[in-house]
Amino acid sequence: MNCEKYKYTPADFKSDQEVKWCPGCGNHAILNSVVKALPQVAEALKYKHERFTFVSGIGCSSRFPYYMNTFGFHGIHGRASAIATGVKVANPKLSVWQVTGDGDALAIGGNHFIHAVRRNIDINIMLFNNEIYGLTKGQYSPTSKLGKITKTSPFGTIEHPFNPGELVLGARGTFFARSIDVELKLTQECLVAAAKHDGTSVVEILQNCVIFNDKTHAGFALNKEVREENTIVLRHGERMIFGKNRDKGLVQIGMKLMVVRIGEGGVTEEDILIHNAHEPNPGVHMMLVNMSYPKYPVALGVIRDVPDHTYDDNIVDQLQSIREKSNIRCVDDLLNSGETWEIE
Amino acid sequence: MEEKDHSRERDDVVIRFSGDSGDGMQMTGSLFTDTSAYLGNGISTFPDYPAEIRAPQGTVSGVSGFQVHFGSKQIDTPGDFCDVLVAMNPAALRANARWIKHGATIICDGDTFTDKSVERAGFKTLDPIRELNLDDYNVVFPRMTSMTREAVKELNLDPKTASKCKNMFALGICFFIYNRPLDHTIHFINTKFAKKPAVAEANILALKGGYNYAANTHAFADTYEVKPASLPKGKYRSISGNQATAWGLMAAAEKSGRPLFCGSYPITPATAILEELAKRKDLNVKTLQAEDEIAGICTAIGAAFAGNFAVTSTSGPGLSLKSEAIGLAVMTELPLVIVNVQRGGPSTGLPTKTEQSDLNQALWGRNGECPLVVIAPSRPSNCFHYAFWCGKIAMEHMTPVLMLSDGFIANGSEPWRIPSMSDYPKITPPIVTRAPEGGFQPYARDEKRLARMWALPGTKGVEHRVGGLEKNALTGAVSHDPDNHQRMVEARAAKVARVQDFIPKQEVVGDRKGDLLVVGWGGTYGHLLTAVTEMQHEGHKVSLCHFNFINPLPRNVRDIFSRFRKIVVCELNTGQFANYLRMNFQEFEYLQYNKVQGLPFTVTELRQEFERILNLR
Repeated sequence: MNCEKYKYTPADFKSDQEVKWCPGCGNHAILNSVVKALPQVAEALKYKHERFTFVSGIGCSSRFPYYMNTFGFHGIHGRASAIATGVKVANPKLSVWQVTGDGDALAIGGNHFIHAVRRNIDINIMLFNNEIYGLTKGQYSPTSKLGKITKTSPFGTIEHPFNPGELVLGARGTFFARSIDVELKLTQECLVAAAKHDGTSVVEILQNCVIFNDKTHAGFALNKEVREENTIVLRHGERMIFGKNRDKGLVQIGMKLMVVRIGEGGVTEEDILIHNAHEPNPGVHMMLVNMSYPKYPVALGVIRDVPDHTYDDNIVDQLQSIREKSNIRCVDDLLNSGETWEIE
Repeated sequence: MEEKDHSRERDDVVIRFSGDSGDGMQMTGSLFTDTSAYLGNGISTFPDYPAEIRAPQGTVSGVSGFQVHFGSKQIDTPGDFCDVLVAMNPAALRANARWIKHGATIICDGDTFTDKSVERAGFKTLDPIRELNLDDYNVVFPRMTSMTREAVKELNLDPKTASKCKNMFALGICFFIYNRPLDHTIHFINTKFAKKPAVAEANILALKGGYNYAANTHAFADTYEVKPASLPKGKYRSISGNQATAWGLMAAAEKSGRPLFCGSYPITPATAILEELAKRKDLNVKTLQAEDEIAGICTAIGAAFAGNFAVTSTSGPGLSLKSEAIGLAVMTELPLVIVNVQRGGPSTGLPTKTEQSDLNQALWGRNGECPLVVIAPSRPSNCFHYAFWCGKIAMEHMTPVLMLSDGFIANGSEPWRIPSMSDYPKITPPIVTRAPEGGFQPYARDEKRLARMWALPGTKGVEHRVGGLEKNALTGAVSHDPDNHQRMVEARAAKVARVQDFIPKQEVVGDRKGDLLVVGWGGTYGHLLTAVTEMQHEGHKVSLCHFNFINPLPRNVRDIFSRFRKIVVCELNTGQFANYLRMNFQEFEYLQYNKVQGLPFTVTELRQEFERILNLR
């Protein structure tokens, strides 16, 4: 009977609001993945519907909470990580989800983003990366490719982009996963894993802005066949094999990864690396997140998932241990503590 | 004892301890204050320290001061001018010469008055006393450094550690002059240096050395008695404005049953609030030292959404950074207390100096029509009371409340009769416990306060969305409807205005009609009160109308203003409150008295101004 309590359907998480993203926008697919993932999360972690809280900043992606039938907070530009942090600290029992974009999280909100990751507060951050500012109609973002021509870079950008995964690992992140908007199943898998992870979980979802940056990920993501040949889905404990015929794999040579063909030059399946998402040393994870098309397959799936203490747990533990030791139990005790004197 | 024959009685005395910022002047002043408090004196203090932690030694910019005013009556200001100046070096003398009462006693460390350091302090000649026209003063030059070393010789400390005790030597001298016992200070030293018995012993020897030196020399032939004040009976403690603010917020949390959350970023002179709250894990206080000012308030807004009593503390430049997020709190109609401890501005301005120049920013410093409640405490101890009020209004009316403290009352301290929490009212936030029939409407308002309900995540059936976009006046759905926007703008304003029904009437000190009404707000209360009551005692028809509730103003203001021939608005800015009153009550003429020097008013200058207005000068 208890199992029934945590049974929900995707419809339970959809709000009655009309979804106002552009036709063809990658966000529609992501919304679909999320409402399908939440029932799985609820069942796996025994969460009731009212525990789910969505927080966002500003941008196309940040309209997300309005389309969810959960508690929702649509914040201000860049500050979603800080708002979500406050929500989680105030009530650590909530399942807190942050929805953000490449501009919101990595430009105006870069500081809050890295500090949330550093603190390892138990929130789940979905970072929709379309390498462009959509809501302001097409300016370059901190993830736009070098040389990208946009309205504010008519002659091409002269800035090097961030790689969100590299930033997360640099900020000592404990969880990083990557998916593509159209890969609904994989996105769900990453979101459920993010929810299960205690600590800040960042899921980068490569998203296509059909209006201002169409096909920015097309090189490796255009269709199923292209994706099979040019991306690799990583799963903990499994070999790093990819390709339609599952004949390509990754090996490590010194401090570098290399793509090899199984069966060529004496390479056998045994030579291929086994993915260890739980390895605390971020070395291999850093190489994986940095793999870029066309030299390498783009890494998808849960790349890093390392258990560690969380900020919210530490706060609760500290409150409890100090309370047990102190003889100040109420404000009256506090007011009368320390040095006092009587006037007769 | 022979000294007693020369002991005279004084109503009140001001001592200013000054030296290099590493000389321990703040601690020396605090110890004198504590001892006087236990003796039952009325007290007010004023720490005056530089922005640098250890500014260049021996220079005027590095001088740190602590002024204490104690008396046999209630004391409301730290005093304009001092009866005793302790100057541990020539720079301290030069920096403080303008604050010495005519004929005062000046105690200088003779060892430090070398030609070189006199020059370093910026004197043009090698005779600082003549240069500062202090010939008529009782200036003494005990060789405090060498006598301190001599006093602690038996402990074989290194010379640097030994000399560091010279502040206790100076304190010993002052204790002798004002007939104060040493026991409290000795107890303090033993506790503070419990793990360093040699250092404790050295400090005690220095303290006694100073006391005995003063007793044995004729430099201080006159000693003084300052009798206990006739303060109301009860249990007292000493409290500073920042400490009282932190404790008042905790009191509001306790009375509301909501856990306290503080998201803040360190900034002078507000940091002590965050520090004080961080200590109180035993009272379930959660503090988050954020990555910046914006994260400070945004974590607080998140915590408010999730059901905590959320606060953020800051000072002027930090308030500027928080502006956009304050707008978000206004828009989402969540309870939030923003404590702004004002300092000299604009920009980085004068970080350690006081000013009241953030009033306009508090009232108007946001985009859009963005009203909130503004409350200003007016003395160190009532920061407790008004911080509690801020919490009560924020939570019961579902609005951000901005508390305008300032550096003067935040750092100043005074004796405080400890209240009982049973004297404070319960705080009852409008929390939704279950979904109403027909579904929860996030922006439905109660008729009395016009507040919306607080629906906490985790509560079944009240899932809803809030955010910075304009919302439908009932359902909370995003709405760009023109009429709805106007309705919501008006609703938010009306809700704040409605707070007027829940605050006390404005009080007047003195007669309710007269020749001159002195108007002030916030931290200038002590000085204005002292100036006004002195003039009242001399028979002048002067009254004081001092505001704590700034927005909304109490409802009886117009009635008060109409009964005086003249109104003068006194504030530490160029006239922000005066203009606010002009806007609200246009029928009156407002004279202004303004000061923007990073310093509090002096009672002397206020009296001169009031006498001039009354044509007495």
